[in-house]
Amino acid sequence: MDRRKYLKTLAVGTISTGVLLESCKTETTPPPPPPPDPVKEQGGHDRQPNEVEHFKKITGEKFFDDHEMATLTVLVDIIIPRDEKSGSATDAGVPAFLEFIVKDMPRHQLPMRGGLKWLDLQCMKKFSNPFVNCTEAQQIEMVDAIAFPERAKPEVRQGVAFFNTLRDLTATGFYTSEIGIKDLGYEGNRANQWDGVPQDVLDQYGLKYDERTLAESVKFDS
Amino acid sequence: MADFQIKKSSKVYDVIVVGSGAGGGMTAYMMAQAGVKTLLLEAGPMYDPAKNVTQMKWPWESPRRGASTTFRPFGDFDAAYGGWEIEGEPYTQKDGTRFDWFRSRMLGGRTNHWGRISLRFGPKDFKRKSIDGLGDDWPIGYEDVAPYYDKVDQLIGVFGSKENLPNDPDSIFLPPPKPRLHELMIKEAATTIGIPVIPSRLSILTKPINKDRGACFYCSQCNRGCTVYGDFSSSSVLVKPALNSGHVDVIANAMVREVVTDDTGKPVGISYVDKTNLQEYQVNGRVIVLAASACESARLLLNSRSVSHPNGLANSSNVVGKYLHDSTGASMGGILPKLIGRKRYNEDGVGGMHVYTPWWLDNKKLDFPRGYHIEYWGGIGMPGYGFGFGMQNLNGKYPGRDGQMKPAGGYGASLKDDYRYFYGATFGMAGRGEAVAREDNYCEIDPNTVDKYGIPVLRFHYKWSEFEVKQARHMKATFEEIIQKMGGVITWGKSGPEDNYGLETPGRIIHEVGTTRMGNDPKKSVLNRYNQAHDCRNLFVVDGGPFVSQADKNPTWTILALAMRASEYIIEEMKKQNI
Repeated sequence: MDRRKYLKTLAVGTISTGVLLESCKTETTPPPPPPPDPVKEQGGHDRQPNEVEHFKKITGEKFFDDHEMATLTVLVDIIIPRDEKSGSATDAGVPAFLEFIVKDMPRHQLPMRGGLKWLDLQCMKKFSNPFVNCTEAQQIEMVDAIAFPERAKPEVRQGVAFFNTLRDLTATGFYTSEIGIKDLGYEGNRANQWDGVPQDVLDQYGLKYDERTLAESVKFDS
Repeated sequence: MADFQIKKSSKVYDVIVVGSGAGGGMTAYMMAQAGVKTLLLEAGPMYDPAKNVTQMKWPWESPRRGASTTFRPFGDFDAAYGGWEIEGEPYTQKDGTRFDWFRSRMLGGRTNHWGRISLRFGPKDFKRKSIDGLGDDWPIGYEDVAPYYDKVDQLIGVFGSKENLPNDPDSIFLPPPKPRLHELMIKEAATTIGIPVIPSRLSILTKPINKDRGACFYCSQCNRGCTVYGDFSSSSVLVKPALNSGHVDVIANAMVREVVTDDTGKPVGISYVDKTNLQEYQVNGRVIVLAASACESARLLLNSRSVSHPNGLANSSNVVGKYLHDSTGASMGGILPKLIGRKRYNEDGVGGMHVYTPWWLDNKKLDFPRGYHIEYWGGIGMPGYGFGFGMQNLNGKYPGRDGQMKPAGGYGASLKDDYRYFYGATFGMAGRGEAVAREDNYCEIDPNTVDKYGIPVLRFHYKWSEFEVKQARHMKATFEEIIQKMGGVITWGKSGPEDNYGLETPGRIIHEVGTTRMGNDPKKSVLNRYNQAHDCRNLFVVDGGPFVSQADKNPTWTILALAMRASEYIIEEMKKQNI
């Protein structure tokens, strides 16, 4: 296929998505609910039958109960709050990601469930309330005790381990979301022509392409 | 099971090819060009990267954000159907040893997701025994394969640079892409300590080579399959045109049981089970070409027992399944502090590294006999599952954006900013080396176990020797040296004698070869110099099985060249009525 032709094809795909979003915004009456997206229903793209079966099985189950989910929702926004650049973990759908991922990777289930229980028991002892019912200051006091592995007291090591896992999953859930990718400034995943490191970046690091590399590498007509 | 029957096709093909990966795809392509009536059998479903799309998807389009599953061990968007474990298709291990067997069940096989690293073997790689006394020489030399490497280069396309290295012959190259930032830093550091870093050699089209395939548009996702066929996969580059020729039929989901022989022991066809309806079929052909992967083809031969071949077909030597060897692998990675807080731009590039290190030392001066090459990665890639993991091991070690140190771990706005700050500063490198082929590393039929189709399964016996362990030790020492020189900090991959210096489990590099090796002596080899069975003139094997020795290179380009060479031989021999 001709390069320009398929670059165009790819560009058209992007534009039409934009047009669709635009037309949704200008709707005055609420549009009918869209038909279920067969791709999303199957948990992704180009799925094999065994993958669809697995997806249906795990999404038909519920792992975290309402109390656990309420606790996680508070915790993930403490870990990744809204700031001047982007929204919070819950804005990015991290709680739903956690619910999916523990079912997809059952090894996370026990540490997460047990960790949440551990957290509630600590809060009950200290503040006579489970974590979600504690005041914001009490919640932060609790998190402070387990969020810094190198200064945490030995008696809360289990809480540190739980928080490390939750920090990992929250960060991954956030920075792989649409909000998170935009926040990070990842500029790829689009058709382009790689013509080397931008000159200002080369200058910043005192690097340059040698003459042989410049002569032999692929060149693009602009 | 009253209606159990084998449906026999009345159509007789000139050639039946089992498996549609690099070797099978090339054979089907060559037969199509010659107008030979051919049937291609594939154990998995049809696959076309232009239709079965995962390319250009965002991480949030996968509910697991691209994480791996047993169905897709290289991630949720990876093109391979299959993996190290396939439901209902087990394999077993012997004597406490371990070999992990990766199978892609799909049109094009493992070429759909592979790394596209397309290296020619060098003159020394065919004559290792003459050099170090270990293993065996091939019955052919570089000069026999070189014309076919040339044709493969031109048919499929590979980029790289002319280096005139003695044992890493140049291909007919397309221009390579420029190095990325971390690759420039690696090159600068490694070169100053005598380790060469040259443009990588990947079968990705930096320029279009024909009207059927588009050129690369630099999304870095070759492992997902390319919608414009800008990289090499057997499904899109070989099988598709073969089918379009009208000379080749394909049957997907055909799990082959055995090669059928007549009363005289001559192969006459293939029996298979259709995985979609579990019906049994038999098809007949003049010539049988196995390309089911090194271990699967060995399994097929060993399972094809008869009065004439009590030991399995083409196995009078008793060598089928033996001399199994995979590439060695060890890796290390870290962070480049000078890249923390780096400027953003799109550096996706092609799918894989833009530079690599070919083997550069003389084994005569070392305590291990064979070499390795080094692959590199890093940079501002697309985040996926695992992004940001282990921040508590990182953010307490370096001053933040404000120049201040702070306690490791944490939460809140300051933590949130750390992920941005450290993004794009990590890198890694891996060695891929040659193991010495040994008779006592093998696969055989497990006498007690069958798969869900009732086909006896493989049992593996595989151990690394001191040669490979010492090679891994050398890899790790080299990585440390490069990382130190470039001012990097190692965050993972340090290891010692307690874990064989991080030497990967056999099978993990997915370069397994050697199970049906070629040779001049029918007592010590399965095939002759044309991939033809010593015991049956009309039986050929064209996957990794025929390799006498793996090199410090990836096997695909050599599988393609040898399959092309064997195909020409088959066509000639058919013309001469010899087969």
